[in-house]
Amino acid sequence: MAIWRTSSTRRFPWTDRPVLLLCALGILLAALTALAVSLGPVQVPLSQLWGFLLGEEIPQSSWNILRHIRLPRAAAAVLTGAALAVSGAVLQAVLMNPLAGPNIIGVNAGSGFFVLAAALLFPGRWDVTPLAAFSGALLACGIIYALAAKTGASRITIVLAGVAVSGFFGAGSDAITVLVPDAWAGASAFLVGGFSGVTTGQLSFALWYVLGGLLSALLFSHDLNVLALGEETARSLGLPVKGCRFLFLAIAAVLAGGAVSMGGLLGFVGLIVPHAARFLMGEDNRLLLPAAALLGGAFVVGCDLLSRLLFAPYELPVGILLNFIGGPFFLWLLLKERRRRR
Amino acid sequence: MTQEILALRGLSGGYYGEAVLRNLTLDFSRGKVTALLGPNGCGKSTLLRLCARLLPPMAGEILLEGRPLEKIPRRELARMVSLLPQERPASGISAYSLVSHGRFPYLGYPRRMTSQDKEKVEEAMTLTRVADYRGRNVSELSGGQRQRVYFAMALAQDTPLVLLDEPAAYLDLRHQLELMELICLLRDRGKTVIAVLHDLPQALEWADDLVVLAGGALADQGVPAEVFDRGTLDRVFRVKGCRVMAEGEERYFFTKGGE
Repeated sequence: MAIWRTSSTRRFPWTDRPVLLLCALGILLAALTALAVSLGPVQVPLSQLWGFLLGEEIPQSSWNILRHIRLPRAAAAVLTGAALAVSGAVLQAVLMNPLAGPNIIGVNAGSGFFVLAAALLFPGRWDVTPLAAFSGALLACGIIYALAAKTGASRITIVLAGVAVSGFFGAGSDAITVLVPDAWAGASAFLVGGFSGVTTGQLSFALWYVLGGLLSALLFSHDLNVLALGEETARSLGLPVKGCRFLFLAIAAVLAGGAVSMGGLLGFVGLIVPHAARFLMGEDNRLLLPAAALLGGAFVVGCDLLSRLLFAPYELPVGILLNFIGGPFFLWLLLKERRRRR
Repeated sequence: MTQEILALRGLSGGYYGEAVLRNLTLDFSRGKVTALLGPNGCGKSTLLRLCARLLPPMAGEILLEGRPLEKIPRRELARMVSLLPQERPASGISAYSLVSHGRFPYLGYPRRMTSQDKEKVEEAMTLTRVADYRGRNVSELSGGQRQRVYFAMALAQDTPLVLLDEPAAYLDLRHQLELMELICLLRDRGKTVIAVLHDLPQALEWADDLVVLAGGALADQGVPAEVFDRGTLDRVFRVKGCRVMAEGEERYFFTKGGE
């Protein structure tokens, strides 16, 4: 009998206390954010940060740094991380494919192409960016999903289709940057992904996409659990499968679009973080999604801090760092998948 | 209330435009255990999938409780019909979570189970003897254990009509016999059970009614002894059946027989 009780769904002592784990992740996120805001070429002591948050009088130079540089940047990193992680977790559940992630299946690339096209057509309009990013993400999601539904494609086929979709939209992005180099000065930084140029103006539009996406993902997380049981089972339990799938793909696209319009084309966050969160929390999306959001925020804000400090005074765009981490992780996942299929 | 819970009228259905079942007209009576028999590929699973509305019919009509199946709202349908599918994917959630998803059709937003829902889940797990591994991951369970967990989910759904697609596959003999007892227990509680079975002696012994399909059409329907006497099973399965008395009861066995 004792053997039955030792289960992998209760791998860790904290799996029985998910709320505690969520609190721990929240504290981690807060700590890393505080560090990211405080550290840099000019150090802002934590006491001043605290004072700023409470609205107290602090030195003007610190106030300017916090208000115009560090806080927008940290907020963008946290929101982007959370959005990409939850987007990835949702895509993995809907496509029933652990290899899915917004960058793998071409959602990021689609989003990026639309953002560049929007920058070309509506220069300087930050309110258009998130909408364009969302449309591109939704289009890429739709292509991949239609392919999966029509052919019953295997996990690897989805990944390959993602390569094709990424390649196609990537070519579009490259065409714009090469043919119209003046369209947008930040284009190459955008394609690499990073937060060095984030402005409050950008943030104030993308913010609503991300918050709306996170909230609706959490509200429907139980239905996502049922959807993840497989089409047949979900349908015989009375779930409107088609509508639900569309809803979740749209949520994933809103989140990915919001993230792309702040941080550019950051790779692999949406792949790595859901796996890490699942490892800690298990498969129940009601707990997995909030855990992924907190962990994703902490991961990206931490990586962004690292990318600023590693080669200071130079700065490595965080997108490069993330790809250095994410590439090997994806290879490891592929190997694991292969072993499981044998 | 009509005598039949489920009625098929000129039903055709299949995949990719090719009909597996053709023009089937058939009634299933309420409160009985009906065994669905037939050689591989004769359309047994297709029939169950049509009745659970997982597959749209190509022609004809299905009446559930006298109502056209496609007119029933999906949540209500999920409270009327449950299906144990032939394919049971190994998800990474715990056995308890899987079984509790059987209560989904009854949950309003925000999808929280009441104590009554939890009782139904516990009861289903006890009946199928899966309570011992409630905390284990479904993907770690053996084929037979996973099967019983899925069966528990269908039971937790607590529907008057229960469709079982090969419920005995993967089970060892002891568990097969327990399963047959459980099916009869469901009937005694007023449920109607339609099950695809492959073991002919078991079907003859336990079912109240047999429906025999061959080549997408109805070959025979009736109480087991009569169907056996008419020689339908011998013909359809190309075997030779014998009835013997053993320990005071009628038993059946089948051999390959002549061509």
